[in-house]
Amino acid sequence: MEVKDKKAKEQKQGVLKRIAGPVVTAVNLDAHMYDVVKVGKEALMGEVIKIQGDSVIIQVYEDTSGIRPGEPVENTGLSLAVELGPGLLTNIYDGIQRPLAVLVDKMGNFIQRGVSAPGLSHEKKWTFKPLVKSGDKVEPGAILGEVQETNIVHKVMLPPNVKAGIVKTIRNGNFTVDETICILDDGREYPMIQRWPVRVPRPVREKKNPTIPLITGQRILDGLFPIAKGGTAAIPGPFGSGKTVTQQQLAKWSDAEIVVYIGCGERGNEMTEVLTEFPHLEDPKSGKPLMERTVLIANTSNMPVAAREASVYTGITIAEYFRDMGYDVSLMADSTSRWAEAMREISSRLEEMPGEEGYPAYLAARLSEFYERAGLVETLNGASGSVSVIGAVSPPGGDFSEPVTQNTLRIVKVFWALDAKLSQRRHFPAINWLNSYSLYLEALNDYYDKEVSPEWNKLRSWAMEILQKEAELQEIVQLVGSDALPESEQVTIEVARMIREIFLQQNAYDAVDTFCDMTKQYDMMKAIKLFAELAYAAQIAGVSPAQINGVKAKNELPQIKFIKDYKPELAKIEKQMDTEFNTMRSAA
Amino acid sequence: MKEYRTITKIAGPLVFVEKTEPIAYGELVNIVLSDGSTKRGQVLDTSDELVVVQIFETTTGIGRDSGVRFTGETIKMPVGREMLGRILSGSGKPIDGGPEIVPEKRLDITGAAINPYARGMPADFIQTGISTIDGTNTLVRGQKLPIFSGAGLPHNKVALQIARQAKVPGSTESFAVVFAAMGITKEEANYFMQDFERTGALERAVVFLNLADDPAVERIITPRLALTTAEYLAFELGMHVLVILTDMTNYCEALRQIGAAREEVPGRRGYPGYMYTDLACIYERAGMIKGQKGSVTQIPILTMPGDDITHPIPDLTGYITEGQIVVNRDLHRKGIYPPINVLPSLSRLMNLGIGKGHTREDHKKVSDQMYAGYAEGNDLRGLVAIVGKDALSERDRLLLEFADIFENRFVRQGYDEDRTIEDTLNLGWDLLSTLPVEQLTRIDRELINKYHPKFRTGAKKE
Repeated sequence: MEVKDKKAKEQKQGVLKRIAGPVVTAVNLDAHMYDVVKVGKEALMGEVIKIQGDSVIIQVYEDTSGIRPGEPVENTGLSLAVELGPGLLTNIYDGIQRPLAVLVDKMGNFIQRGVSAPGLSHEKKWTFKPLVKSGDKVEPGAILGEVQETNIVHKVMLPPNVKAGIVKTIRNGNFTVDETICILDDGREYPMIQRWPVRVPRPVREKKNPTIPLITGQRILDGLFPIAKGGTAAIPGPFGSGKTVTQQQLAKWSDAEIVVYIGCGERGNEMTEVLTEFPHLEDPKSGKPLMERTVLIANTSNMPVAAREASVYTGITIAEYFRDMGYDVSLMADSTSRWAEAMREISSRLEEMPGEEGYPAYLAARLSEFYERAGLVETLNGASGSVSVIGAVSPPGGDFSEPVTQNTLRIVKVFWALDAKLSQRRHFPAINWLNSYSLYLEALNDYYDKEVSPEWNKLRSWAMEILQKEAELQEIVQLVGSDALPESEQVTIEVARMIREIFLQQNAYDAVDTFCDMTKQYDMMKAIKLFAELAYAAQIAGVSPAQINGVKAKNELPQIKFIKDYKPELAKIEKQMDTEFNTMRSAA
Repeated sequence: MKEYRTITKIAGPLVFVEKTEPIAYGELVNIVLSDGSTKRGQVLDTSDELVVVQIFETTTGIGRDSGVRFTGETIKMPVGREMLGRILSGSGKPIDGGPEIVPEKRLDITGAAINPYARGMPADFIQTGISTIDGTNTLVRGQKLPIFSGAGLPHNKVALQIARQAKVPGSTESFAVVFAAMGITKEEANYFMQDFERTGALERAVVFLNLADDPAVERIITPRLALTTAEYLAFELGMHVLVILTDMTNYCEALRQIGAAREEVPGRRGYPGYMYTDLACIYERAGMIKGQKGSVTQIPILTMPGDDITHPIPDLTGYITEGQIVVNRDLHRKGIYPPINVLPSLSRLMNLGIGKGHTREDHKKVSDQMYAGYAEGNDLRGLVAIVGKDALSERDRLLLEFADIFENRFVRQGYDEDRTIEDTLNLGWDLLSTLPVEQLTRIDRELINKYHPKFRTGAKKE
């Protein structure tokens, strides 16, 4: 017996053979792919990524300076997993779910290594209210009870990968995440916490087609290129075109119940901005701090590259967990290009045969696996939940033909093309209305008909048509000047300018304009349409374009954006518009 | 200390050593030449059989008979208060004829990442006295804002003007400049040194010089030494430190050189695939820490090969830094100094440091309006070339003129001209007042009534 134990121990303990940056090689180690190992005397966390004969190749999540060949490596036999349970919300993690606040306490302002910190607090007691009683039959994924975590109710579930059973005992009261709250008839005990390997999608009963838009309060997104709850979107754009601001706006204002924000290989100061700002922002619906529904993952660009690779999986696993409770979750990944680069860096250290632009050949597969974890689903417990994934892509040099952008576009359904030219002229959000698209429009038509107005879909098509027409006319204007255009088309140019400047431009830093609900979007677009109709009619009646452009009421319209109770003002402007046009027409 | 004489291969800056005891990754190495002199290096790859050492100087004189000593520790930098006013080589040795530096501390030069949770939010406006920076691309403490330039453009002059004039209005806290030169010519270095001496800035500066004829590989550690010093001054002595790194393009060339010597799989244009992470480990060493006094603000300078902003060096830099100041050849040719093109320039942290309580409430909107006007006016120049000025509408003609006066009055300023932020914003309003009020769609009425020269209280009614 003792011998056997010793043998088991020997296999679990290997020896370091080679260290070259974040990739190390161990020998005499019994390991499986993606096992988590502890490397060196300082027990740095790592993950097995390749096995070759007797050699086990490990990516290490921490800096490996000072580690020598001959130091021990220990296999934990577990895969990289996250801790799921009450305490996730409002937390800020690094790429491998270590709470950053705890790390500050443990090792100060700079990230040192060899410190482990569990993802959830194991001391804090939560008030658990059971929702099942003894004698109930429970299936995997069943909701056992709930905890009021923040203003969000945390549903405590049976893990999805266990056998069904009959509840023998269910407890009521205050417990830590480790204490047993439920015992089934076969004697198995369940605490509130569950661990789930990050690289494995959590199972669902059925995946459904999305039909409800994720309302973001951003006019160009909701109005022209909506994403559905459970949908996928990509925001590619060169640096400085406003990817991060757009992502942050989505994290702040989208009407998902839970938001998971992954800062993957991004700037430290920007994460600080998120960390400082979010706790002070209010959810427009509940009036509660936005932070209460948010989980942040911050693995900045100078933190270890292997942890950056893992951060995306950590985030989506947490998102799936909340989805399983029946919530609508939106996940922002900023930026998936940094994630892809982490893959490339590790792949090149492994001396793998590179694919396009040095990226590993499995890049496309990894990207599609990740986006496929989004969706509107019927969960194992029969509830309806969704994960919407919005990935930022940072194409080198703004060149959309590079592999990460191209492989992403093959999967996602919504494309918000950021444009450096627009941001240079401070047109924000700098989303190009001609290149962007949404494949959810049809699926969402019913929703808009019912919830906004039966007019809305027509209004949107009209706006898109004007913008498209403007692009064509601009080509002519570039050659011959705008005066050479027929008068009706000069009106079109003016109307298009209004759509761009009034409807599409939105100031993220203005207290009112930062969020614009669907009704206001509809009213604004309707006002522009009203102007257009009056203008075309006036033009036919013989009013000159110069006069039309001089309509004073038109210049008041942009101010609507910054007014909270805009309706009286808007009505006034519309009336004035009408009067002015009438006067002009009778004069003509 | 054990000395090995088991060098098996020397290739470029790399030395391969066999049959050693277990050697740590990242360890500092001394190579002892037959004439007794030593060269320093660092372990890049270590295993039972083979250790790869990257030498920071030339490998001239190293042979299979050279001795290799592993020091058992990673590279540390002696730092101390006395470093202010000193000139050091690219590897940190004094070259100003002064005494050795008595270290108060020895710090690891790689530097650990600041925990994002511990970071303080940059919000202190730095007035550089340059309108195109203060007004439209504001720098704040703790930011990293690079200057993207091209060969032959006056980026060094701009950097010096910033270093000389930068201040936080109303603040008297102590500050310092850390200047790291990588691969610049002696002439350029002299230019910097003379200016530092002329303005008395040297007293509060630490200078690291790796010149064009110094070993390229040394450039790998120069910025790290500079930033370690900066972090010491900032986070241990509570100073506000401005770090100028020039020229990051030379740094990246050195990185590529090592990558090639190691026979790594190259990424774009032959630069190593880990260049993003490597650059991030330099640029991210800027910032502030919650509850602490000091700050590190970085202005890296890089020359874009062929003025191409999509080249991997400016491209990756732009993705890490919080914006960029772009120096433009056309403006330079027009004789405008500083030739900063505001259109591709950007400061991501600008909104944190401007507005009420920082600069002035109208700052953001004035800036946006000027951007929009200049961008549109600039586009019209192309049109004018085809159809002539007469074919333009009145609106377009005004925008075209706006673009011209923007360049001549807002962008252009003297090398020693130090404009306050009020001057800059008032100048902005003066320029905007050449456009019809209705066209100022980005500014709300209230601000127009308060600041527009036509409506400003006391202004003449037309």
